[in-house]
Amino acid sequence: MSTPTLLLFIAVCALATFATRVLPFVALARQADHPLILHLGRYLPPTVMMILVIYALRDFRPLAEGQLNAAADGWPMVVAALVVALLHLWRRHALLSIVAGTGAYMAMVQIGWTP
Amino acid sequence: MSSSHPWRDASLLTLPVMFGYLPLGAAFGILAVEVGIAWWAALLMSLVIYAGAGQFLAVALLAAGAGLVEVAVATLMLNSRHLFYGLSLLKRFRGAGWRKPYLIFSLTDETYSLLTTLPADRARDHGLAFRISLLNQAWWVLGSLAGALIGTTLAFDSRGIEFALTALFIVLTLEQARRLRRALPFVIALATGLGALLLLPDRHLLLGAIGAASLILLIHYRRQRVRHGEMAS
Repeated sequence: MSTPTLLLFIAVCALATFATRVLPFVALARQADHPLILHLGRYLPPTVMMILVIYALRDFRPLAEGQLNAAADGWPMVVAALVVALLHLWRRHALLSIVAGTGAYMAMVQIGWTP
Repeated sequence: MSSSHPWRDASLLTLPVMFGYLPLGAAFGILAVEVGIAWWAALLMSLVIYAGAGQFLAVALLAAGAGLVEVAVATLMLNSRHLFYGLSLLKRFRGAGWRKPYLIFSLTDETYSLLTTLPADRARDHGLAFRISLLNQAWWVLGSLAGALIGTTLAFDSRGIEFALTALFIVLTLEQARRLRRALPFVIALATGLGALLLLPDRHLLLGAIGAASLILLIHYRRQRVRHGEMAS
């Protein structure tokens, strides 16, 4: 692929990505104080966060095809997720929860642990 | 916290994103070079596109020789969940001045998550938001560059380190729950998230779930207004 074509390709990707990010700010700039926008501003972030958790853990499907059937890293993922959640509820130290959970996950994956 | 250095504050907040973005960025760089994209083009993509899944998609489309229209449509579809992110930040970014275009440009899932979970007294600190956004992109760009240049010769066994982003989302969800003390968003997220998991193919999962959740919040808003009798006219 020639350099101009490659640059054009990258420009199209960049513009399309930026378009999805900027559109609400351009289209709804005057509506920032509308009660519906405030409603979404209050409830949408926690909803999205929880959806991102579900999305990140989507490989764990123990009941897919009617049997106990977790993906390769399914169990380490769930165990590590529990480590993060419980540790965070206990100590409420974000970095500690994240580092401990990630360390636990890396150890389990690299050793190849699965119940 | 307020007495310490502003950049150090922001660095600490973005540390979990660093653990996720460095390896994922490196994975992108390695993949890009493997399909024949020059290292500088991979770097350029992380600088001007700056979208995790979007860049992996772009590499796949480049390798497949897709047309520009196809690329534009696929990118718009994949990233359209960002529309909803902007909706909930309209008021927050007001008054951000010269920083605003960059705050909008750099609105990834992870940056959105960090910004919307800041405590109330720091929510309008546009300088902090800017530093968080810039550092997050720096981690991503550094990771991509390392992946593109050093590639598969990386010796460190980093398998599993990308779990840092999952852990970040879990921590931020708990923080949001603690702050809001209402079950509604989490019930909606469970219903739409699990529903999308069952019904939608993987590539439409996030958009489907976030789109459906926004629709339910809209309906909830209208019902609340009816109950309060504000729609009488």
